[in-house]
Amino acid sequence: MSNTSEKFLVGIFDDEDILLHGVEAIREKGVKIHEVYTPFPVHGLDEALGYKRSRLPIAAFLFGMTGTILALTMQIWMLGYDWPMIIGGKNFVSLPPFIPVTFELTVLLSALGMVGTFFIVSDMKPYKTPRQFDLRSTDDKHVMAVDLASNKLSKDDISRILKENGASEVNEKNF
Amino acid sequence: MQATSSIRETLITGGKTVRDVSEDISRQVEGKPSRLWWMAFSISLILLLFGVYCLVTVLWEGIGVWGLNKTVGWAWDITNFVWWVGIGHAGTLISAILLLFRQKWRMSINRAAEAMTIFAVICAATFPLVHMGRLWLGLYWVLPLPNTWGSLWANFNSPLLWDVFAITTYFTVSLVFWYIGLIPDFAVIRDRAVRMGNKTRASVYNALSFGWDGAAKTWMRYESVALILAGLSTPLVLSVHTIVSFDFATSIVPGWHTTIFPPYFVAGAIFSGFAMVLTLLIVTRKVFKLEDYITIYHIELMNIIIIITGSIVGIAYITEFFVAWYGQVPAEYYAFYNRATGPYWWAYWSMMTCNVISPQLFWFKKLRTNIVATFILSIIVNIGMWFERFVIIVTSIHRDYLPSSWSMFYPTMYDVGEYVLTFGFFFTAFFLFAKFFPVINMAEVKSIIKSSSEKKH
Repeated sequence: MSNTSEKFLVGIFDDEDILLHGVEAIREKGVKIHEVYTPFPVHGLDEALGYKRSRLPIAAFLFGMTGTILALTMQIWMLGYDWPMIIGGKNFVSLPPFIPVTFELTVLLSALGMVGTFFIVSDMKPYKTPRQFDLRSTDDKHVMAVDLASNKLSKDDISRILKENGASEVNEKNF
Repeated sequence: MQATSSIRETLITGGKTVRDVSEDISRQVEGKPSRLWWMAFSISLILLLFGVYCLVTVLWEGIGVWGLNKTVGWAWDITNFVWWVGIGHAGTLISAILLLFRQKWRMSINRAAEAMTIFAVICAATFPLVHMGRLWLGLYWVLPLPNTWGSLWANFNSPLLWDVFAITTYFTVSLVFWYIGLIPDFAVIRDRAVRMGNKTRASVYNALSFGWDGAAKTWMRYESVALILAGLSTPLVLSVHTIVSFDFATSIVPGWHTTIFPPYFVAGAIFSGFAMVLTLLIVTRKVFKLEDYITIYHIELMNIIIIITGSIVGIAYITEFFVAWYGQVPAEYYAFYNRATGPYWWAYWSMMTCNVISPQLFWFKKLRTNIVATFILSIIVNIGMWFERFVIIVTSIHRDYLPSSWSMFYPTMYDVGEYVLTFGFFFTAFFLFAKFFPVINMAEVKSIIKSSSEKKH
């Protein structure tokens, strides 16, 4: 073990509603929660933990706009300026026939860009070994990790607070 | 302290707990495949190999080995293309549109339906690609790449080119949507493998899960991504078959030159997509013992969608006929008269029986909650939908303005062989998916266990 080892208290919750109430009560008592790991999305948990809304929709919008502009410039430049061709006597540049490709590229860039951003900000990639506090957190337990170093309260106090607020067991975990 | 939600319909039966969900769904990934699986897989593989032989012949000899002639230049290939694209509509519709409408019953079926979508779109793409003849030059014909042959850029006025963009975008976005959904479930299998001491499986599924840890913050972002992907996919699903219908509707061929094509094609696509989802899921739930997750109630709801979309398609057929008569354009009038009474009358009436009459049987609750009836009808619907595309394509072009060039279309072994190829690929891929990937979205199902699971008393 290196000196940089971090000590955590890990509270296990059996039920999502108990967890939600627990998170609010535990934060009120002044315990700083490192993170909560759940097997499925628990609605309201992000608010209970005080997380700000994700800005990924903004990223999606910006990538989408890039797609729109890229598609329109590409089509107008290719068919209007670089090599205009007479096709059925139609105008070289007219908007309606360019709409389908513009729409598709908007959606494509928006989706790929947003998902890419999501992977980057969440630090997700193949061959990343995640730090796991309890393997049951992907099965049926909700796992709350409390970093002892960043809390002023003692280990016993935190352990008591977790148990009083619905944790079915409290373990220690060092990394 | 425990808050319970108000009364909701039961979506998951058998008194399942959150734990049971991981157990029941991961079991088929962890265990050895059954003999039934091996049998089904081998048959699909044989079909695939026969198809590959036919495909190689077509590529080697050219598409002259197909039964096409000077009058009928589009037949089985484009019929099969449109048929498969249509089938590929249900998955993303279920996961995107039903997510936006907050329909919780989607959660048991979306994973398999999306997988089906992806495989169906691959099958569909085979046909226009091969139809180009010289596949290896196709890249330059369909993508805006600088080249030295003839016209410098692809023609953005052509619906065929819009189709290329629509289908590649649809495929990519559906694949991403499907994979995003799979990530937390791969982590479930990884953690179970760690606990079972299976190191190889743990590292494979960890790579697949992108190191997922289920942190509340990641879940928050994840939900945001899923919602926006659903919002993007909803118009995307509708755009794909709309653009496919433009391939026909923007032409001036009598029988194709119809303004109701886009909504009519989209309804037909959802109709056939749901039929294929039913065919596959009725088998899957039986083979993997998932009756508690995919219940009769799920099947009934899908059957209701089949009645709705089937009726829309029926009305579209009748409207086309009405307009052909009311419009009094002789060529249009003849195209439709010839459809119903000409040499392809049998294809037309097969289509009418399978698509318009048969789904109406689902008005009877007894039939739409009966598994055998649903299974048979789901296959009949897809036969009907194949005939719909055949009727639209072949009967509209086999008799053109010049009676001396009227002709019939007769498929060769290679036309049939490529259709067999796609079936082989589709089922091989689906069986591999069902073996190695969790067939039901565990994370989503777990989130509704408390509100929608049947309680043990």
